[in-house]
Amino acid sequence: MSAPAPGRGSRLLRWLDQRAGWRGVMHEALDEPVPGGSRWAYVFGSGLLFILVNQIVTGICLAFYYVPSADHAHATVGYMQKVVWGGRFIRGLHAYGSSLMIVLLLLHLAQTFLYGAYKNRRELLWMAGCVLFLLVLGMGFTGYLLPWDRRAYFATAVGTNILAEVPFVGGFLKAFLRAGPDMGTLTLSRFYVLHVFVIPALIFVLIAAHVFFFRQAGAAGPPLRPEEREKLPTEPFFPMQVLKDFLCGMLLILGLFLLSALRPVTLGPIASPADSTYVPRPEWYYLPAFQWLKYWSGSGILVGIVVIPLLLFALLLGIPFLDRSPERRPRRRLLPVLGLALVGVGVVSLGFQSAWEDRRDPAVHAKLAAQEAAEEEYNRAPFEPRELAPAGAAAVAAKLSPAAAKGALLFENEGCSGCHGASGHGAGGLIPLDGIGSQPAAALQALLRKPQGKMVEGGMEPSRLSDAELAQLVAFLREALKDKK
Amino acid sequence: MAAVSAAVGLVMSVPVARFLVFPLFGSRRASDWIEVGDASGFVSPGPMRAEILVRRVDGWVASTAKRAVWVVRREGGQLGVLSDVCPHLGCGVPWRDDEKIFHCPCHHAKFDPSGRLLGGPSPRSLDPLPIKVENGKLMVQYQIFRNLVKTREVIG
Repeated sequence: MSAPAPGRGSRLLRWLDQRAGWRGVMHEALDEPVPGGSRWAYVFGSGLLFILVNQIVTGICLAFYYVPSADHAHATVGYMQKVVWGGRFIRGLHAYGSSLMIVLLLLHLAQTFLYGAYKNRRELLWMAGCVLFLLVLGMGFTGYLLPWDRRAYFATAVGTNILAEVPFVGGFLKAFLRAGPDMGTLTLSRFYVLHVFVIPALIFVLIAAHVFFFRQAGAAGPPLRPEEREKLPTEPFFPMQVLKDFLCGMLLILGLFLLSALRPVTLGPIASPADSTYVPRPEWYYLPAFQWLKYWSGSGILVGIVVIPLLLFALLLGIPFLDRSPERRPRRRLLPVLGLALVGVGVVSLGFQSAWEDRRDPAVHAKLAAQEAAEEEYNRAPFEPRELAPAGAAAVAAKLSPAAAKGALLFENEGCSGCHGASGHGAGGLIPLDGIGSQPAAALQALLRKPQGKMVEGGMEPSRLSDAELAQLVAFLREALKDKK
Repeated sequence: MAAVSAAVGLVMSVPVARFLVFPLFGSRRASDWIEVGDASGFVSPGPMRAEILVRRVDGWVASTAKRAVWVVRREGGQLGVLSDVCPHLGCGVPWRDDEKIFHCPCHHAKFDPSGRLLGGPSPRSLDPLPIKVENGKLMVQYQIFRNLVKTREVIG
């Protein structure tokens, strides 16, 4: 930071500093010493913050239109996607941003792990990061359902079913997340609240803790022997590391822009639980878990989906307590490094195995291709607004011929609806007319002019409508009340 | 660095701003032609109330709602259709058969049988709607007008 030149500007800055203490904050933020100087290897953490900002901004944009209800969710996303200016692009930034976040998280985790940067009183820093990893995966899981298209619906149906396999509490967890045995509007509401309020709040708290612990411990520097590291010159965080982080952030944002513009996200047809032939597949970063589940069945399922994942996460969380020597060089820490490599290779090959199996099975391959084609076709079709069922006669009239629509209005205005219900269906103790429309028009007109038998007893008056209006009323009866209940 | 941030911020703010101001500044769709009834059916010399079904698209939902219009004889005797919305503050204006005028119940604006302003606080006469007769049917375009102004301005 250059020394402020004297003058009005510096007086203003001094005034601000005396009140807001911004110089201290800037010093704290920017002058953090980086042992061994700035490196490109350190950009992943800041990169994640850039993507986080992207997710927040685009997420707020999407919330301007989105409605978390099974009735409207799909229509609102379709509206954004097909009608709202820039909607497809903003949605793309959000969707691709979530994938990019997972990629960066894995890189950040791998880099920290390989550099042994969890050592030397950084246990809390590391563990906060591990929990953040879970929370980001949770964001991916809860956000995936929200568009409520087929892909989203079935992926989440499978995802929540997995929970049910957890012993003792699984059934409850699944029912709690779904808010019932089935997925429906309450499920959507829960996922929305988790995605928009609960998990983001936890993420903010943990990021604050993560950054705080990071500043407490200081930057770890390169993985050298302790005596070598102590001899390294340090360089302040600003300007070179900030510049590297910044360039990386810009590159990431540029990548998101290009992806979103050149490969726009799609929205498939609305979720239909009745479509039992749909072959669900999760988002790419859940494919390894998806594949993993295929290998476990019967009593072994407990090992596969509870014991092993919990053990792996406990190992990850506890690595600072297990790998305690001050040694940070990867080639001197063969056990942890090989362990990470093994898990990494395992996870990646599970993902590829899943993709390969889909490709190898001609039936599945064809079905997935057909699903994708259907999704693209729906995506290209123009937006159809969701038709609200209007109340009373207008509801019926909306589906009728013009003459019958006029008749529907007469039905209401002439007081017919008073005794026969809003659309002649006579709910709630009123007299239903269902089936009366199967009679010939002339017979109905005659009856309305001169009521018979039970009609008279019920207090029905002869109609005084003009012939033209009576014809419209009869047209309504014949179109809307043709079928018996 | 500041310049690059500003540039990226600016580029980013364009789609975001467009996304958020939608649908303002967009082009308005022409109103649909809605059937009022048989043109030959409107024989009464006085104004006749007619109900039409107006389809409204509001964001991602569409609905059909009833609206009332007045079928009248304009000066010269040809058919006209008037909006029943008072140009003053938007109350529904009924026909008073005893007085033979349109009489707004809210602030007592009065209009003659052809819709011409006779007195009261309304800034202009009742608003005529575009009509046509097609295959013997009277058709109307339902429109909403800016209230409280002297010159008629369609706003929806």
